[in-house]
Amino acid sequence: MTGSRCSPREEGADIDDPLVIAGVSFNSRLIMGTGGAPNLDALEKALIASGAELATVALRRVSPAARGSVLDVLDRTGCRLLPNTAGCFTARDAVTTAQLAREAFSTEWIKLEVIADERTLLPEAVELLDAAESLVDDGFSVLAYTNDDPVLALRLEAVGCAAVMPLGSPIGSGMGILNPFNLSLIVDRLSVPVILDAGVGTASDAAIAMELGCDAVLAASAVTRSREPATMAEAVRKAVEAGRLARRAGRIPRRLYAEPSTTFEDLPDLESGPHQD
Amino acid sequence: MTTIPDVVVIGGGAIGLSIAWRSAVAGLRVTVVDDHHPARASWAAAGMIAPVSEAHYGEETLLDLNLLSARRYPEWVEELEEAGGRATGYTPCGTLVVALDGDDKEQLDHLHNWQTELGLPVQRLRAKECRELEPGLTPMARAGLFVEGDHQIDNRKLVDALEAACTRRGVDFVYGSVSSLIVQGERVTGAGLASGDSIACDKVVLAAGCWSGAIDGVPPSVTDGVRPVKGQLLYITGRAGQPPLAQRNVRTMDVYVVARGDGRSVVGATVEELGFDTTVTAGGVHSLLRDAVRVLPDVAEQEMSECVAGLRPGSRDNCPLLGPGEPEGLVVATGHYRNGILLTPATGDLIAELLVTGETPPAIRPFSPTRFAGAGAAL
Repeated sequence: MTGSRCSPREEGADIDDPLVIAGVSFNSRLIMGTGGAPNLDALEKALIASGAELATVALRRVSPAARGSVLDVLDRTGCRLLPNTAGCFTARDAVTTAQLAREAFSTEWIKLEVIADERTLLPEAVELLDAAESLVDDGFSVLAYTNDDPVLALRLEAVGCAAVMPLGSPIGSGMGILNPFNLSLIVDRLSVPVILDAGVGTASDAAIAMELGCDAVLAASAVTRSREPATMAEAVRKAVEAGRLARRAGRIPRRLYAEPSTTFEDLPDLESGPHQD
Repeated sequence: MTTIPDVVVIGGGAIGLSIAWRSAVAGLRVTVVDDHHPARASWAAAGMIAPVSEAHYGEETLLDLNLLSARRYPEWVEELEEAGGRATGYTPCGTLVVALDGDDKEQLDHLHNWQTELGLPVQRLRAKECRELEPGLTPMARAGLFVEGDHQIDNRKLVDALEAACTRRGVDFVYGSVSSLIVQGERVTGAGLASGDSIACDKVVLAAGCWSGAIDGVPPSVTDGVRPVKGQLLYITGRAGQPPLAQRNVRTMDVYVVARGDGRSVVGATVEELGFDTTVTAGGVHSLLRDAVRVLPDVAEQEMSECVAGLRPGSRDNCPLLGPGEPEGLVVATGHYRNGILLTPATGDLIAELLVTGETPPAIRPFSPTRFAGAGAAL
């Protein structure tokens, strides 16, 4: 395994434990996407407010040589660049794009996306696994964007992915986590970091992901397409922290009937009224 | 040239020419230097004058300037057509923004709420009302916003008219590209050309679009603040007997179609961060046509007349860089990004005012070209 997952509920795990992906530690558990921002200035402010230390950029949509682009923004904010293969529809396409990224940015890290169609932007499972295997064999640290399918997630871990990134719902849909049960299964069964990738619509979605035990959350549209990207970035950062704390504290069991928080024995005697002189 | 001009304008696009024309009208002697770059934004633009339908969250400052310029257009164009003796194709046609499915409709209503909060004049239409306005619309249209005040101009004719008006006003034209600012002490005293010649002058206006940063002596706030953003667009033409595609500008979340009065329509535009690349790609053309046919099915019946890629001068906050720069004597007017044609009247008037009076007009103060200085060294 190239990464290690540390749930805050595991014994000995500390809430301040860093997120470790492929041997690299991050204090922030929020990863930012950079697409959809109204302008670079707004993106820069959102990145700063998010506290993110890792941000992903679609390789196909930016030239490494061009000045004044999103790459400069990452440089200024001190975010580590995570190139992604958005816009690739086949394993071959994704592998080639990843190799170009490695050359252009001198990084072995790649967020692998192989998309089935433009309307749903859902991952193409067969091509994804194929590409992941080739890239791992080629020395890449692969963070794989995948369906919320526990079986596929396990397979991706087995071929050596550094992190597995299941979707909560389709990219840009903002529908949150549609299948929390599958996400729990993935979290439970994998050893590498599990990062919720797509579907976050607002801060509470990020909190839920962390409560379910995800190691980190990636947010893009939820922040960049909001009215005030920097404010939403701050909200999502706090939600990620809150969700992680809640996961550690442990939620109470759900009940059908009420249970008073104070028992009758504990109630003060109010019947006699205030004491009179 | 026997006399030294007051002003050298670097860049003969819509912005540079409008500054030159208004400055000449105000009595300044002006020389424009331009190399007719094939990817210049004025040539590749679509000519939408649409401050309201293209308004974006967080860009309210820019919206104010955009609205100011749009309001100036009718009178300004009348004066220009008179001065240049040429038509510009300015058409007060309105713009229809169309939602094609439920998701689009949600987004449209979101936008409409915000526009209404800002007091912008926008009319929310039902699907049927959209199709009554524009019978060529797809039956799949789900809802629409009609912005009666968002118009169009033929950007290529606009540039021609500006050139003609400048020439009649005695503006000199030099064909070539400027390679450096000539600076003596702390002051700009001229422009050095790539040919080796130079032109002495009192003030230099930098209006070279996305190429503004490539000139020696230009301050880093401009070099790092302005970048090329590629846009591909198409010209399609109706054949004899075909009705026009639309009477108004039609746009969706993905594409716009600007039908000119002469049977041609412009379909645009991609937004690509690829440096100075100007390749017209199959994928770019495909996505424009796919999205255009989806909203106006008759697009498929048109003749394909031109595919073009241009380079917009993008800035970090999508706002232009306008006003005095350093060294002294340099005036900056670039970074207009997607709003160059829209901002042509306001930029011309306000920069000319700055050149004549030496005072920066209040309307352009939020757009100081020094606002990116120190904010970060490039890679």
